[in-house]
Amino acid sequence: MKWFDYAAPASVGEAVGLLTAHPNARLLAGGTDLLVQLRSGRKETDLVVDIKRIPELNALQYDAKAGLTLGAAVPCYRIYGDATVARHYPALAEVAALIGGTQIQGRASIGGNLCNAAPSADSVPLLIALGATCRIAGTKGTREIPVEDFCTAPGRNVLQPGELLVSLQIPAPKPNSGARYLRFIPRNEMDIAVAGAGVEVVLENGTFRSARIALASVAPTPLFVREANQALTGKPVNDSTIAAAADAARSAAKPITDMRGTADYRRHLCAVLTRRALETAIQRARESR
Amino acid sequence: MPAKVRVQTTINGEQTEFLCEPRQSLLECLRDVLGLTGTKEGCNDGNCGACTVMLDDRVVTSCLVLGVEAEGAQITTIEGIAKGNELDPLQRSFLENAALQCGICTPGFIVAAKALLDHEPNPTEDQIRLWLANNLCRCTGYDKIIHAVQQAAAYSREARA
Amino acid sequence: MSTEQYTVVGTRPVRHDGVDKVTGRAQYGADLQMAGLLYGYVLRSPHAHARIKRIDTSKAEKFPGVKAVITAADFPPTPERMVDLGEGDTPLSYARGNVLAGAKALYRGHAIAAVAATSIHVAEEAASLIEVDYEVLPAVLTAPEAMQDGASILHEDLRTKEFGEQTGRVSNVSEHFRHTMGDIAAGFAEAEVIIEREFNTATVHQGYIEPHNATALWNNDGRVLVWCSTQGAFVVRDVTACLLDVPVSHVRVTPMEIGGGFGGKIPVYIEPVAALLSKKTGKPVKIVMSRKDVFEGTGPTPGSYMKVKVGARKDGRITAAQAYLAYEAGAYPGAMVGPGAMCVFAAYDIANVVIDGFDVVVNKPSTAAYRAPGATNAAFATETVLDEIAEKLGIDPLDLRLKNAAKEGTRRADGPKYRRVGCVEVLEAMKNHPHYSAPLGGPNRGRGVAIGFWFNVGLPSSCNISVTADGTVNLVEGSTDIGGTRTSIAMQAAEVLGIPAEAVRPTVVDTDSIGFTAVTGGSRTTFATGWAAYEAAQDVVRQMKERAAKLWETDAASVTLERGVFRSGEKSMTFAELASKIDQTGGPVVGRGAVNPKGAGGSFSGNIVDVEVDPETGKVTILRFTAVQDVGKAIHPSYVEGQMQGGSAQGIGWALNEEYYMSRDGSMMNSSLLDYRMPTALDLPMIDTVIVEVPNPGHPFGVRGVGEANIVPPPGAIANAIYRAAGVRMRRLPMNPPAIMEAIWSQRD
Repeated sequence: MKWFDYAAPASVGEAVGLLTAHPNARLLAGGTDLLVQLRSGRKETDLVVDIKRIPELNALQYDAKAGLTLGAAVPCYRIYGDATVARHYPALAEVAALIGGTQIQGRASIGGNLCNAAPSADSVPLLIALGATCRIAGTKGTREIPVEDFCTAPGRNVLQPGELLVSLQIPAPKPNSGARYLRFIPRNEMDIAVAGAGVEVVLENGTFRSARIALASVAPTPLFVREANQALTGKPVNDSTIAAAADAARSAAKPITDMRGTADYRRHLCAVLTRRALETAIQRARESR
Repeated sequence: MPAKVRVQTTINGEQTEFLCEPRQSLLECLRDVLGLTGTKEGCNDGNCGACTVMLDDRVVTSCLVLGVEAEGAQITTIEGIAKGNELDPLQRSFLENAALQCGICTPGFIVAAKALLDHEPNPTEDQIRLWLANNLCRCTGYDKIIHAVQQAAAYSREARA
Repeated sequence: MSTEQYTVVGTRPVRHDGVDKVTGRAQYGADLQMAGLLYGYVLRSPHAHARIKRIDTSKAEKFPGVKAVITAADFPPTPERMVDLGEGDTPLSYARGNVLAGAKALYRGHAIAAVAATSIHVAEEAASLIEVDYEVLPAVLTAPEAMQDGASILHEDLRTKEFGEQTGRVSNVSEHFRHTMGDIAAGFAEAEVIIEREFNTATVHQGYIEPHNATALWNNDGRVLVWCSTQGAFVVRDVTACLLDVPVSHVRVTPMEIGGGFGGKIPVYIEPVAALLSKKTGKPVKIVMSRKDVFEGTGPTPGSYMKVKVGARKDGRITAAQAYLAYEAGAYPGAMVGPGAMCVFAAYDIANVVIDGFDVVVNKPSTAAYRAPGATNAAFATETVLDEIAEKLGIDPLDLRLKNAAKEGTRRADGPKYRRVGCVEVLEAMKNHPHYSAPLGGPNRGRGVAIGFWFNVGLPSSCNISVTADGTVNLVEGSTDIGGTRTSIAMQAAEVLGIPAEAVRPTVVDTDSIGFTAVTGGSRTTFATGWAAYEAAQDVVRQMKERAAKLWETDAASVTLERGVFRSGEKSMTFAELASKIDQTGGPVVGRGAVNPKGAGGSFSGNIVDVEVDPETGKVTILRFTAVQDVGKAIHPSYVEGQMQGGSAQGIGWALNEEYYMSRDGSMMNSSLLDYRMPTALDLPMIDTVIVEVPNPGHPFGVRGVGEANIVPPPGAIANAIYRAAGVRMRRLPMNPPAIMEAIWSQRD
């Protein structure tokens, strides 16, 4: 690696200042993506800005109205180790436990997973399904955008010079809702998703009140299948509507063929994973309050 | 030449100070700067676990931690697992169960398994396999490693009883 | 011999180097530290095939912290000649070429130049300033592609050898050989069922967790001192001396502890490079490969294209077998197709056989051995064809194999006739194992079996043993210990001497300190170096008997040694008691052993595997795995079991997910442990082992060796299980989820 300097700001303001002064700076949370990319030459920098000392980025707080505030630097192990998260957002705890393996989860953050903006990011489909929003800080103050708008291209996101992701806000779980993220990998751990489906359903008297579905690894960015919500809202919950949703997911997918899978295989997996994820989410919705 | 950074940290219970470049990983600092070569490099990108250390009570792959990030932290390496002259139950059970062949992955496995047993004294086979999925072994097929972890757990339970 | 009661052999002592390995004290090659050490970094070709027109190192040389830069031009000017580096004759230019490229880059990852600097980061940065002019050429990536008329040629000086004769033809086929036995046409005419299939296997890597490393110091007295993790310190010595054109005695190699090899750490890559950098800088230079360099710059095992045709009568007796084996050698000739041809039908007694083998160069890294090299590819083909025959004839797959199993006296098509072997015993152990008859309920599940063979080798080994006054002994040998062999060797000496294993202190030493010892490989270490230890121990016993005779004033011939006690008439003394008196009876007692044993015995192995296939994703889960192997005699059963489990795990990875995923222009796309998918602890069940002991008549304790035969059957067994679980016959490795899904879809159409 080429030489870089290191700074560890203690506040959001300080971080914004450093990013503005060094347009080539890179943010460091868990380092499980950044260090690999710096070593391989995929990314370059003259300043690494370590954001793990900033209090807002380490927040993990639940409020019955506002939902979950998840600081961008909170590592996965804190997420699945938190009793409140496990209770109110079991699907999120599951996702935190499947990124990499134990050691990776000791460092990697969901905020970093999102900012890295890989099409295969395991946390993003679920965040989209849960209707999460991103809180971004910059020179002009803070702004909020829906998670589905955050990634713009493979490895690229909406952050402008001087901006950083501070936290994610995940809405409080609605009554009779359930969520699930399922991915396909060739081994049982450690792999990048060949395809993934994150879903959240809200049920009402045996019909779908809403259904949000998003996919990993089948488009240049995590893919929000918007049409699925319209297609399912008001429809009865049965095998036929679930199958239709799976088909919608398959049709929406725009996968490529690469070393992790062929386009055909990925399209096929979208349908399978969407169907299986919906089945679990529906089960959870039925079992919830 | 740009200046190195001075890092103050605690390694295996000892206060330690070293100089490093920001681009040097914690793994490099342990091995090349501090001479603690028990922690190994297998891939340098977090996929094999041979560089596993405990960083503030979490197991991490030290190849993906910068040396400068060790400032103020508590680090445990394989060199800190034995208590003086006495092997840890895990080290004993690895030997008794022939849970190593070439031994290069062994330090990483022992540190990772110790972290598991520290918070889960009676793990099932599935729990052990899941916890250790970030540690690759190419020699053993994992069978004897799993048995060694189970036996170490039994030793520790006996010792507490 | 296996019915004898041994005191030490067959027990499970803690290995002698164990404490250092569980505390992190053991010194592997990359752990070496030295005053004034420089760090070396190798620049590698980004192109799979290119002429190197010009290399300009000037910018790199000027980079702050850089002490030297070298290319192939830094090899001493030595006229071209044939050299024997342990695997038959090869041109010196080929041997040097793989270490630092000459006129051409022949694969992506081919070493082009190297930099020595004050830190690895400086060396890496400086290397990026080396300017290389390449003329990119078309690349060939598989054997069939390389064998076509008009294919891009790798070596303009390579001429095809066919059936032992030089043809003078320029091609990418280095050699085509053929083994013939009986009358193949008559054999197939007699058959009532014939199955002929084509197979393809991808390139796979040994996957050792420790990357290659070497430190070299070209000392002021002209000696080249090398420290490295290698499977053969004497190979490193001889090859390094040859490539650097210095006498063998000028090179000393100290083997450090080694983090896995499996055949991949036999070839020499970076030792001569480090030595040349050291010569230029006057300082010691350490080179440690990155994981990417390991994948792209060392020797994976050949990918292959194979055809196997087997004919049998309705009663299951095989009447004819034919194989066509085209193995990728990588950039330089020497694919392990010879051993593949030895093993393809080795488990069976067949009268009429033809085997054609092709050693084909392609623009990929130059291949190296991988645990029973060549045999796994071949067995995948044979064992799945036999499974089809068994199904067609309605015969149990193990019974079909038993009906045709190789026995003492069976002749192989490549020539040798078996002495006592354990193929039948392995098959019977499989048949009688509870796994074979356990119910396997549930949809999408299936059970498969396969067997395999590896011939194991002898080769030279040396050993010295000296007695200490307290009744312990020092044992010095030259076989690097990759899996516990210093202990299995010590145990054989201990058995002869009648002392506990713990009373033997084994040390692996450098090439100055012990007689020639061949590689730790070929399943030979416990067999041959153990034999050398046995001989050295016998020598010690002879001398000790003379000392006892001196003390007792009697004839040495009257002294016996049994279970560690020397006796003559009424008198007796333990080994330890006698050891305390060696000073007063003549001085040190040092025993020596030097062997080159010819009696290596082959090892048969077999697997029973249960799988579940997800019919919607093609993912295979291994539910249960049993590995059976005839090892002759298990000196240390725990480490024998470990070898069987390790080889099985590698075979499973080879079967299911491992491959070099190549782009069209010859780049390995997945050169990291993220996407080169080796099994994790979560991907495997417990692996049950059955040790069969049919003693090898050619070894004092009956040892055959265990390291390799266990990697041979897994892909075949898993393919056969997948067939029963999902109804599809897989003929390509790896059998990954997309491949299985494609097969399922093709079947539905």
